[in-house]
Amino acid sequence: MAGWVVILASLAYLSLLFAIAYYGDRRADAGRSLIRNPAFYALSIAVYCTSWTFYGSVGRAAESGAEFLPIYLGPTLVFLLGWFMLRKMIRISKVNRITSIADFVAARYGKSQMLAGLVTVIAVVGILPYISLQLKAVSQSFSVLLAYPAVTQPNPAGSTLLLLDEALWVALLMAIFSILFGTRHIDAAEHHQGMVAAIAFESIVKLVAFLAVGLFVTFGIFGGFADLFGKAAESPAIARLFAISGAGGVSSWVMLTFLAMAAIVCLPRQFQVTVVENLNERDLKRAIWLFPAYLIAINLFVLPIAVAGLLQFDKSAVAPDTFVLSLPIAEQQPWLALLVFLGGLSAATGMVIVETIALSTMVCNDLVMPVLLRSRWFGLAQRADLTKTLLGIRRGTIIVIVLLGYLYYRLIGETYALVTIGLVSFVAAAQFAPAMVAGMFWKGGTRAGAFAGLLTGFAIWTYTLLLPSFARSGWLPLDFVEQGPFGIELLKPYALFGLAGFDAIGHATFWSIVANIGVYVGVSLLTRQDAIERIQAAQFVDVFRTGAAHETVFWRGTATLTELRDLVARFVGHERAEQAFRDYARARGINLEKAREADADLISFAERVLAGAIGAASARVMVGSVAKGEMVGIEEVMRILDEASQILQYSRQLELKSQQLEAATRELREANLRLQELDRLKDDFLSTVSHELRTPLTSIRSFSEILLDNPALDKDQRGNFIGIIAREAERLTRLINQLLDLAKLEAGRLEWQMSDFDPGPVVQDAVAAVQGLIVEKNIALESDVPPGLPFVRADKDRLTQVVINLLSNAVKFAEPANGRIWVRARAEGDYLEVSVRDNGPGIPREWQDRIFERFVQVKKRDDPKPQGTGLGLPICKQIIEFFGGRIWVASRPGHGATFSFTVPLSRAITRKLVAAA
Amino acid sequence: MAQSVLVVDDEPSILLALEFMMKNAGFEVRTARDGEEALKALAEKKPDLMLLDVMMPPPDGYDVCQRVRADARWKDTKIIMLTARGRDVEREKGLAMGADDYITKPFSTRELMAKVREILKAGAN
Repeated sequence: MAGWVVILASLAYLSLLFAIAYYGDRRADAGRSLIRNPAFYALSIAVYCTSWTFYGSVGRAAESGAEFLPIYLGPTLVFLLGWFMLRKMIRISKVNRITSIADFVAARYGKSQMLAGLVTVIAVVGILPYISLQLKAVSQSFSVLLAYPAVTQPNPAGSTLLLLDEALWVALLMAIFSILFGTRHIDAAEHHQGMVAAIAFESIVKLVAFLAVGLFVTFGIFGGFADLFGKAAESPAIARLFAISGAGGVSSWVMLTFLAMAAIVCLPRQFQVTVVENLNERDLKRAIWLFPAYLIAINLFVLPIAVAGLLQFDKSAVAPDTFVLSLPIAEQQPWLALLVFLGGLSAATGMVIVETIALSTMVCNDLVMPVLLRSRWFGLAQRADLTKTLLGIRRGTIIVIVLLGYLYYRLIGETYALVTIGLVSFVAAAQFAPAMVAGMFWKGGTRAGAFAGLLTGFAIWTYTLLLPSFARSGWLPLDFVEQGPFGIELLKPYALFGLAGFDAIGHATFWSIVANIGVYVGVSLLTRQDAIERIQAAQFVDVFRTGAAHETVFWRGTATLTELRDLVARFVGHERAEQAFRDYARARGINLEKAREADADLISFAERVLAGAIGAASARVMVGSVAKGEMVGIEEVMRILDEASQILQYSRQLELKSQQLEAATRELREANLRLQELDRLKDDFLSTVSHELRTPLTSIRSFSEILLDNPALDKDQRGNFIGIIAREAERLTRLINQLLDLAKLEAGRLEWQMSDFDPGPVVQDAVAAVQGLIVEKNIALESDVPPGLPFVRADKDRLTQVVINLLSNAVKFAEPANGRIWVRARAEGDYLEVSVRDNGPGIPREWQDRIFERFVQVKKRDDPKPQGTGLGLPICKQIIEFFGGRIWVASRPGHGATFSFTVPLSRAITRKLVAAA
Repeated sequence: MAQSVLVVDDEPSILLALEFMMKNAGFEVRTARDGEEALKALAEKKPDLMLLDVMMPPPDGYDVCQRVRADARWKDTKIIMLTARGRDVEREKGLAMGADDYITKPFSTRELMAKVREILKAGAN
C-alpha cells in the first residue's frame, strides 16, 4: 500500500479527532457541554485499552492462551465492586481541586512537595515503557501495512537512521497533538471537555475496528466459532493454550488481576479521565456497568484472532503482536487493514495524549515549578503573569516525555513483546496504590510512611524490572541478572532472596508491593503527623461526613487583598482570578472592594484556586509567601480538634436535655389535658347536681307560692299541691343524703363497721324492706338464698343498702302488669355472689357500662322522667369495691336485667392474711 | 281572644305548677312533656308564648328553640327558656339561640308572671 495513502488517512483521522475536540471545547465554553451524557465519561475511561489491548492481547493470547484476561478482569472488579472507592476519590478530588495523582497523594499527606515530586518521578519513569509501547505498536503496524499486499515482519526498532524512523515522526506528531488538546487552559483542575469527547470517539473507533477484524476472521475466513476452535483443537500446540497450567498459572492470574486493579486507579491517565475529568459524580453510575461491558466487547474476539493467526501463519514468520493487521492483509482486504491501522492508531494516540497531559501537569506543578519558584535569581516569583510560563513548561514537558518514550523504545523496544513492556509500567503505577487507598480509609498513614513506602517500592521496581530490561537489551552487563550483582545469588533481580516460581513481572510485583506496604505501615506507625497532615488525613477519610461545605482553614495570619489577588492572577491569569474572587464574594455575600485585609477563609480559598493550577503543594508554598503569620501549629490543631469534639459533646448533651425537656413538656401537656378533663367533669358534675337540686326546689317553691297567692283553692287541689311539696321535699332530702354519702365514699371518709357475718339474713332483711313496694306493685319475687352460706367480711348496713338499692331498681323497672323479680345468693370460690334479676325492658348495651356513673339514668318506657336520683348505682359500686368485690350488669334489651355483685368471703381474707404473715 | 301559651317541661310536678299559673292568669294553655311533644303541639297550633325547659332528653330545649326560630311560621312566637343549671354560659347560649328571655329555676312565681306579661305586651305592640 502506498505510504502517502496511509499517511493521508492518518492525518485525516487525527484532524477529525481534533475537530471533535475543538467542537467539544467550544460547546463547553458556551456552557452547553457536549459530554454531559455519562456515556462519554464511561467511554473516555476506555482509554485504558491501548495498542496493548489492540495488538498485544492477541500476541499474549497466542503465547499463553487466556492469560491476557486478568488485565481486564481487574478493572471490571474495581468498577463493579470497588465503585464506592472511586466515588470517594472523585469527591475528595473535587473538594480539594486535585489536578493529578501526584497532587492527590501529596494533598493527603500534608500537601508535601517532596512527596508530589517523588510520585511524579515514579510516574514519569514508570510510564515511559508504556509510551514506548504505543510508539512501537504504531510504527510496527505502519511498516506492516506499507508492505501490503505482502505479509512481513516489522522492522526491528532502531534499525533505521533516526530521521527515517517512522516511530520518531509518530512520537512528534503525538506530542504536537497532546499540546493542542491539553494545554489550552492553565487551570488543570478544569475539565478538558474537548479532549474527553475525542477520547470517547477514539474508544468507539478502536472497538469498531477490532470487532470488524474479529467478525471477518471468525465468519469470513472460518465458518464461525465452532469451525475455528474445532480446527484449533486438532493442533496440540494451540490446544495447549486453553489450559491454565499448574500453580504458577494460578498465581500469575492472581498477580496480574491485582496489578490491573491497581492500574485502573493508579495510572496517571486513568486518574485523569476517571477522577480529574469527571464532570458529575453521578456519571460514575453509568460507568460502573458500561466500562466493564466495553471491556467484554473488545476482548470477545481476542482468542479467535489469536487462534486464526496461529493456524494461518508460521509464528516465526509473522509476529503474533501483528496478527490483527496481518490477517486482513493476508486475505487481501486493504480497506479492512486500513481500518485496523486506524483503530490501532486511535488506541495509541488516545493513551499518549491523556498520559502526557497528565504527566506534564505533574512535572510542571510538582517538579519544575517548586524548583523555579525557589530559585531567587530566576526572578520567577516576581514576574507578573506566569500563565504563559506555566503553559510553556507543560508543552515542553510533553515533548520531552514523548521523546523519552521514544528513547526507551530505541533502547529496549525490540527485546520485549508489547504486553510485557506495558506490565512493567503497571508494576510501577501499582506502587501508588498503598499510599492512595490506605490514605482514603486510614487516618494513621503519615507523610514519612508514604514517602518511604513509595521509595522502597520504586527502588525494587527499578532493580527487578527496569535495570534487567536494560541488561537484556545489551546496555548493561547481563551478568548481574544471571548471577546476581557481584555474584551474590540472593540478589538476583529475577529471584530476589531466592524467590522463584514467579515470572519476572509477578516476582517484581510481589516484592515491590509487599515491601511498599510493609514500610508504609511500619513508618506510619513510628512517625507523628504534623498539623496539616492531620487535617488533610481527616478531610480525606471523612470526606463524605464533612462534605464540600466544610473547608479546613488552617491559615492563622492575614494577607492584604491586593497581594493575594495578584498572586492568584499571576498563575491563572488576570481575568480568571477576578472571576474567582467575584464568585467568592457573591457566594458569601460580602463586598471585597471595601476589604483591605484578606481573612483566613479567603486565604484558604485563594489557595484552592491556585491548587487547581499548580497543585496543592506548590499552592501552599505560594500562599505561604504572601500570608503573614504562620500556619496553625500542631498544638493549635489539637486544641481545635479537642474543642470541636467538646462542642460535639456539648451539643449531644444539649440534644439529650432538649429531648428530656420535650418529654417532660409532653407529660405536662398530657397531665394538663387530664386536669382539664377532670375540671370539665367536675364542672359537669356541679352543674348536674345543681340541676338535680333545683328541680325539686322549683316544684316546692312554685307550689308554696301558688298556695300562698291562691287562698281560695278547692280542698282537693290544695291536698294535691301539698302532697307534691311533701314528695319533692323528701326527694330533695334523699338526694342530699346520697350526695353526701357519695362524697364521703369518694373521699374515703365514710366510717365502716367491718365484721364477719352470715350474708343470708342480710339479703332476707333487704327483701323485707322492699316488701311493701313489691306487694303494692303486685310483683312476684323468687328468693334463692340457701341457709348456711359462708361468712363474708363487710359492713352489714352498707351491704344491706346495696341489696335494697338493687331490689328497688328491679321493682321500679319490672314488668308493670306481670312483674317478676329473682334474688339469688351463692358462694363462688373465694366470693359470695348475689344477683337480682327483673323482667323489665332491660338495658341497651351502650348504657350497660355507663349505668354505674353518677347521674346516668335509663329512661323507662312511656315515662319521660326516670324516678330516682341517679346516684344509687354509683354508691353501690363504691361500696362493693371498698369490700373488694365487683358489681356488673348483664342484660338483653326486652329480656330484663340482672345486676350482680361479689363480696369476698371471710375465710379467703383470713387465708390471705395468714399467707402474708 | 285569650293569648295562648305552650308549656314544655319533663318534670311532671313543675309542668303542673306552670300550667296552673298560666291558666289562673287567663291564658289558653297547652302542655308538652318533652321536645317531641312540643314540636307536635307547635305544628298543631301556633302559640303566642312558649315556656321551654332546657334540660330534657333530646331534642332538648335548645334544639326546640332553634327549630322554632328557623321556621317562618313561628316568627312571632315568644320563647322564655327555663333552666335548673345555674351557669352563665347556659343563659348566653339560650339567648343566642333566639330565646326572648331566660329564667333560672327555682323562680318566683310573681316574677315569672310579670316577665310573661311584659314579653307578650312587647310582642303585641
